[in-house]
Amino acid sequence: MNVNQSAPPVPPFGQPQPVYLGHHQSSYGGQPGPTTAPTSYGAYNGPVPGYQQTPPPGVSRAPPSSGAPPASTAQGPCGQTAYGQFGQGDVQNGPSSTVQMQRLPGYQPFGSAILAPVVSQPAVLQPYGPPPTSAQVTAQLAGMQISGTVAPASPPSGLGYGPPTSLASASGSFPNSGLYGSYPQGQAPPLGQAQGHPGTQPPQRSVPLQASSFTPPASGGPRMPSMTGPPLPGQSFGGPPVSQPNHVSSPAPQALPPGTQMTGPPGPPLPPMHSSQQPGYQLQQNGSFGPTRGPQSNYGSPYPGAATFGSQPGPPQPLPPKRLDPDAIPSPIQVIEDDRNNRGSEPFVTGVRGQVPPLVTTNFLVKDQGNASPRYIRCTSYNIPCTSDMAKQAQVPLAAVIKPLARLPPEEASPYVVDHGESGPLRCNRCKAYMCPFMQFVEGGRRFQCCFCSCINDVPPQYFQHLDHTGKRVDAYDRPELSLGSYEFLATVDYCKNNKFPSPPAFIFMIDVSYNAIRSGLVRLLCEELKSLLDFLPREGGAEESAIRVGFVTYNKVLHFYNVKSSLAQPQMMVVSDVGDMFVPLLDGFLVNVNESQAVITSLLDQIPEMFADTRETETVFAPVIQAGMEALKAAECAGKLFLFHTSLPIAEAPGKLKNRDDRKLINTDKEKTLFQPQTGAYQTLAKECVAQGCCVDLFLFPNQYVDVATLSVVPQLTGGSVYKYACFQVENDQERFLSDLRRDVQKVVGFDAVMRVRTSTGIRAVDFFGAFYMNNTTDVELAGLDGDKTVTVEFKHDDRLNEENGALMQCALLYTSCAGQRRLRIHNLALNCCTQLADLYRNCETDTLINYMAKFAYRGVLSSPVKTVRDTLITQCAQILACYRKNCASPSSAGQLILPECMKLLPVYLNCVLKSDVLQPGAEVTTDDRAYVRQLVTSMDVAETNVFFYPRLLPLTKSPIENTTEPPAVRASEERLSNGDIYLLENGLNLFLWVGASVQQGVVQSLFGVSSFSQITSGLSVLPVLDNLLSKKVQGLIDSLRAQRSRYMKLIVVKQEDKLETLFKHFLVEDKSLSGGASYVDFLCHMHKEIRQLLS
Amino acid sequence: MATYLEFIQQNEERDGVRFSWNVWPSSRLEATRMVVPLACILTPLKERPDLPPVQYEPVLCSRPTCKAILNPLCQVDYRAKLWACNFCFQRNQFPPAYAGISEVNQPAELMPQFSTVEYVIQRGAQSPLIFLYVVDTCLEEDDLQALKESLQMSLSLLPPDALVGLITFGRMVQVHELSCEGISKSYVFRGTKDLTAKQIQDMLGLTKPAVPVHPARPAQPQEHPSISSRFLQPIHKIDMNLTDLLGELQRDPWPVPQGKRPLRSTGVALSIAVGLLEGTFPNTGARIMLFIGGPPTQGPGMVVGDELKVPIRSWHDIEKDNARFMKKATKHYEMLANRAAANGHCVDIYACALDQTGLLEMKCCTNLTGGHMVMGDSFNTSLFKQTFQRIFSKDFNGNFRMAFGATLEVKTSRELKVAGAIGPCVSLNVKGPCVSENELGVGGTSQWKICGLDPTSTLGIYFEVVNQHNAPIPQGGRGAIQFVTHYQHSSTQRRIRVTTIARNWADAQSQLKHIEAAFDQEAAAVLMARLGVFRAESEEGPDVLRWLDRQLIRLCQKFGQYTKEDPASFRLSDSFSLYPQFMFHLRRSPFLQVFNNSPDESSYYRHHFARQDLTQSLIMIQPILYSYSFHGPPEPVLLDSSSILADRILLMDTFFQIVIYLGETIAQWQKAGYQDMPEYENFKHLLQAPLDDAQEILHTRFPMPRYINTEHGGSQARFLLSKVNPSQTHNNLYAWGQETGAPILTDDVSLQVFMDHLKKLAVSSAC
Repeated sequence: MNVNQSAPPVPPFGQPQPVYLGHHQSSYGGQPGPTTAPTSYGAYNGPVPGYQQTPPPGVSRAPPSSGAPPASTAQGPCGQTAYGQFGQGDVQNGPSSTVQMQRLPGYQPFGSAILAPVVSQPAVLQPYGPPPTSAQVTAQLAGMQISGTVAPASPPSGLGYGPPTSLASASGSFPNSGLYGSYPQGQAPPLGQAQGHPGTQPPQRSVPLQASSFTPPASGGPRMPSMTGPPLPGQSFGGPPVSQPNHVSSPAPQALPPGTQMTGPPGPPLPPMHSSQQPGYQLQQNGSFGPTRGPQSNYGSPYPGAATFGSQPGPPQPLPPKRLDPDAIPSPIQVIEDDRNNRGSEPFVTGVRGQVPPLVTTNFLVKDQGNASPRYIRCTSYNIPCTSDMAKQAQVPLAAVIKPLARLPPEEASPYVVDHGESGPLRCNRCKAYMCPFMQFVEGGRRFQCCFCSCINDVPPQYFQHLDHTGKRVDAYDRPELSLGSYEFLATVDYCKNNKFPSPPAFIFMIDVSYNAIRSGLVRLLCEELKSLLDFLPREGGAEESAIRVGFVTYNKVLHFYNVKSSLAQPQMMVVSDVGDMFVPLLDGFLVNVNESQAVITSLLDQIPEMFADTRETETVFAPVIQAGMEALKAAECAGKLFLFHTSLPIAEAPGKLKNRDDRKLINTDKEKTLFQPQTGAYQTLAKECVAQGCCVDLFLFPNQYVDVATLSVVPQLTGGSVYKYACFQVENDQERFLSDLRRDVQKVVGFDAVMRVRTSTGIRAVDFFGAFYMNNTTDVELAGLDGDKTVTVEFKHDDRLNEENGALMQCALLYTSCAGQRRLRIHNLALNCCTQLADLYRNCETDTLINYMAKFAYRGVLSSPVKTVRDTLITQCAQILACYRKNCASPSSAGQLILPECMKLLPVYLNCVLKSDVLQPGAEVTTDDRAYVRQLVTSMDVAETNVFFYPRLLPLTKSPIENTTEPPAVRASEERLSNGDIYLLENGLNLFLWVGASVQQGVVQSLFGVSSFSQITSGLSVLPVLDNLLSKKVQGLIDSLRAQRSRYMKLIVVKQEDKLETLFKHFLVEDKSLSGGASYVDFLCHMHKEIRQLLS
Repeated sequence: MATYLEFIQQNEERDGVRFSWNVWPSSRLEATRMVVPLACILTPLKERPDLPPVQYEPVLCSRPTCKAILNPLCQVDYRAKLWACNFCFQRNQFPPAYAGISEVNQPAELMPQFSTVEYVIQRGAQSPLIFLYVVDTCLEEDDLQALKESLQMSLSLLPPDALVGLITFGRMVQVHELSCEGISKSYVFRGTKDLTAKQIQDMLGLTKPAVPVHPARPAQPQEHPSISSRFLQPIHKIDMNLTDLLGELQRDPWPVPQGKRPLRSTGVALSIAVGLLEGTFPNTGARIMLFIGGPPTQGPGMVVGDELKVPIRSWHDIEKDNARFMKKATKHYEMLANRAAANGHCVDIYACALDQTGLLEMKCCTNLTGGHMVMGDSFNTSLFKQTFQRIFSKDFNGNFRMAFGATLEVKTSRELKVAGAIGPCVSLNVKGPCVSENELGVGGTSQWKICGLDPTSTLGIYFEVVNQHNAPIPQGGRGAIQFVTHYQHSSTQRRIRVTTIARNWADAQSQLKHIEAAFDQEAAAVLMARLGVFRAESEEGPDVLRWLDRQLIRLCQKFGQYTKEDPASFRLSDSFSLYPQFMFHLRRSPFLQVFNNSPDESSYYRHHFARQDLTQSLIMIQPILYSYSFHGPPEPVLLDSSSILADRILLMDTFFQIVIYLGETIAQWQKAGYQDMPEYENFKHLLQAPLDDAQEILHTRFPMPRYINTEHGGSQARFLLSKVNPSQTHNNLYAWGQETGAPILTDDVSLQVFMDHLKKLAVSSAC
């Protein structure tokens, strides 16, 4: 490809350009964009002149550049389009940021300088990489980078020019941000020179940029690799051929032959693109990515386009936009849609061992026939390598994401409760595994062989049953523990703390009443809400009233306990100011039955806001509050949950006092990890005590500034609690979100004082655990509280050989106290296949689960390692996984091809999302608290949550006919997918944006916002007016249903195109380059490819 | 001149002072030979309805080291408007206000009948009385109920502007905030943690809060009172509130496991009470009233562990040094008492329980601050209820019979120095020219602080004659003593009561008779007893008895008339005749004997002995026994077993107990129901008479005595039998051969034997 590219005067640039081209094509072809494009071009042209002035210098430098100018005209469009594409991802970032400007200048110089060499490209490239192929790749990579850089360059232009047409500006802007982010290094130098660039026409810029990117590589080969984005282009070249191999490897359901797919994709790409990039594309195996286009053939399709390009080497000038076609790379949306279509209709029956369940994004019913529902357990792979060598080779983590108390849809029955009376559940004598469907009954049913440890146990007489001719117990189907994957046992007293049946748990509400809390209206709001909320405490089954008792504490620098005994006319307040040595001042009357003490509680809640209305106390304590709650539970001899409502950094003199240690300078240093670590060990100690008492802590934070979430969340984290954070809480704006979260949190079913143990059959062993819990030893996961949203991820390692026949079994047993105070055991069983062929492993993987594991692994890693190391580790592991596949499972093909296993084709895009998440790559606007908050949130997320969290859903609202009430198909999270005539919803489980394009029809604006024009829409609006028209109702309905799917209320933010809030919104367009330096999908894919190739060579 | 008896009585009436010697030996040497020290019983605030306070301030001697107050003994030069201090002989100008003074126009303080004058100080802000209730909630339900009622009742007795506060305790200590409406608030403290005053004040928010002061608004100095007033509120404001609060008071809710005592944090509660007042109203009269229903069982000041199987310390344990908590607890309470005393706050302890409550350890709280100590079986007894009610009794002016924050200053003429005081006071450590180097009681100072006192509070003040033998005092010379008591009257006025007395000097060699005749044996007995009891607090019982015996023998040797080595010849003059008998009963009294008494009881008895006036003290030393019969009107009879006759009803008053004892026959008659028969109405009257008399005593006595109605052979008769002189015992019953009286089963010596020995020793030349 290089050669081809080289043909044009500016080969190096050309390469990058191709990438762009690819993008362009897609954007043009596929997207509505084209219409806008013209305008944008116009816009660019306009600006161009201005830039042109600058270009002169560039021109002077490099003769080739002279050639370039013409290109500018010709390419102009291409370049622009290209930008547009890139921009889509990054668009706005680019424009808005001054960076662009700076970069531009820088680019020019580079560009010019480079240009010359570029011409000779082929030659140049070779030197870099000894093996031609590799060289090519690198070259291509470089090109990619360049393109990336180029894009940024264009944005500035876009900005500058932007004014003319909104679209144009948008397109221009996008490219910048995305590209920049990824290539900071290259860019930085350019900055100084950038100014020169402006002169060059936008298209030209792109070229120069590339050049610049090249130069760096030239200087040092190694650099190249570091560039994440750039590599792609090179890879992409290989495209077409690759696609085929992919297909082969992954027996994709798609019927389309690779070739066909190939062809398909090629179509879309614009002719001009082809011309410029052809060579590059071919080389690249973009084709492999391409498949995305085609239903699943993914790989083939995109690149095919490339291939076509390759064929049209013709016009060198058009080169500029060489790019991967975003449509050609694996599309999450496509994968999700396909899975929905293919697997959403039939119930998932769990009777078969090692069956890969439908994706989390698919709606499906589960029929429990012996294995736990995927709602309870999901595995990274349902086919485990038989030996640890294989596992090591594949590097695919073996992990299960377990959500023991997951809520089920109403159509599915919750686990049956089995009561074995006084003898308690039947267990294996040796390994203590519980009776399950996999146990083998032998000797006519008098004994059973443990499926986990093979121990032969006697069947107790009262449990004896005859076997049928197949060796199955006759009563197998009458007994849940013999026929189902999930069920519960009633625990006997032996399973209780102190050999005493537990008393019903208690909820203690602990409310910060310092100045901030009062002023923000929080206290009043909360008290008002609690009055009614307390009637909805979780209750067991059909119980008439909840067994849960409640207690109240308010605090600032001191703690106020309340006696709300039913016999009192008025509540009594007891102040404990000895925060250094916390204790509970009362026993009787602190924890009460809601119904009995209704009047007193109401009176109390009425008075709390009044009592502290004039408070001027700004200092708060924190650790003593938790301690108090824990002591109260201890005194009452029950488990329970503390609901803490806290506003500020606890700086009052007391144990657990914290100081403000927020220091952004630490970011990207070796000390960055300290930002995630707790300030003091006191909270860990406290958490341990809490766990011992079964005291779960839910923390609601309402900070106006830094509160050190990393430290404050230690206790909730270790006790299985949740943290909710409402920065700058204002009643008017955040009321609904807070109340909704609170209601949900209070009402949800919780298990207390739980211990979870995962047993596995011989050969593998649970070795590592992630989630919100505490572990005293290496096997028992202790959870002071566990609700239906909490997930524990367990990693397994081999300690022996497995065999294919027996497969691998796991049994997760959770001992907990129900909300009525009943002690129970919940058992989930899951059987997995084992394989001796790596291909089987790769065929039965689940990327979403894999990402869940990897994210948790990485998020824990930041506690101990520099963030960069963590990112690199992830990339390396991912590369190893894919390389192993490529090496062992894919049919032989050119090394330049990127071949992804069907099950993992989304791994790169998702992994990229993880890598650029706030925790691993914070943007300037992300606070330390936010990072710590997200970090701990992710720790207990389940697969569905991580999926949408890392790859947000972007739903076009106005594309489908209004009458169509089903959820509209999502589009990919990239700016180039947005059309300015539409309205989109974006959600990631925490945030919900409504993006309004600038040229949305007035009628739509009117019916949705009740105002007459786009400009009248209030930016940042959080509530849509309730209007009586179809569209409004539909949108409202959609928003409601989205909210209902998530465990936390998502506050709506209306973002107008071109508005300053848009920056925030764009942060979630994860396929684009991010402002904080995260690579775009395309760039990252290229980088992955390069990494893989390195591994393979 | 009237008899000395009358003179003494008159002086007592007027000045509240009784001296052991009313004519003073003129030299140090002779004084020491008198055995009984020169000392006086002083009732500083003796009620004087006939003495209206004067509404101006006293005139002081201008000599800085003297500052004696103008009194009738001063020489006055009316023309020069000068007066000479009778203590230091400094000549002083009268202040301008006295310009009109003349022989016929004398200010009250110069008139001889006004040897005691009370001045009202108009200066200074008046601070309200403060009552801080510290209530134990580890009580039985009915006990707590009774206590709650008593407390509520007491609120109605307080003056409306009095500040009240409430602290309750059990396992925790709660300081109730009284200012709030709606929710009742309280600050809670752990009962096991000793907190410093500073910590307590911080935690109660009494220290100036670091409120971010708005620049526009200057800090308001008024804020401070409002803060402290959260816990101490004028009764008229929060009367209802507090009544409700008390009404809602619950028993300590923490479960008490089988075999355990409830955890009671008395030490911390008291510490907080002291700290609270210390931080809010230092040097203002305040009364901390501690109500306890059992011993402190945790935290600082704990007296016994919570294990019921380990009983609270007894005298036996203490002697064996086996009371593991005693020293520490005592130290804790002493520290508190001293702090309270330093701030002028007094501490009352109302301990009602069947078992001991740790009064031994806590006694200093009352003893050093002038607080009351009341001991009863239950709060649900009239003993407690009426005693408590009597605290709030009022005088003829409608003022409480209580005063606060008093300092007593003693000034003496040159020949005398003050050696110490014994009573409910602490030393202020004011050294001066009239302070003796020898200490008797609390010495080394000429001023004492008495944080709480009432009209009957009485101190023993001991002096030392320092005049040298070779510096004779001129004939007719008189020694003078001035007692100056500053105090806060219950009407919140600051007042000063000044008593100036003078006595003649006499040369002991030439005028021994005079001195002898002027001996006040009652006062002397009480003063010696106070010394003895004071010693008993720190010394072994037998040592004290031995010392007392020796003093008695020496006194008899000195003033008895006898022939050497002939006991039969021994005689004592009238003014000494009763003294040995007092000593005999004193030796047997619970003040010096711990046998049969718990440490708490001993502390309780000693507490009262050290503060009651002379009459009451004498009753305590030698109980009074009245006999009722058909033979005549009720008559006092000997406190002797021979007085216990079958056809008599006996009424014994030991101060702490009132015992009515029906003789054997009377008891039989009563059982037969004769009193209900109209024809035996006289019998009914006879039965009624002692009851009426007892009621009369009960009505005036503080604290309420234990009222015991018993009969011959009744178990409670032991109270009587243990007090009477065992003239007839199982040992000598037949030897005496008389049919009267009742034998006492005891090995104690009887008065007769005691006297015999005394005589023998007194006449012996061996010692």
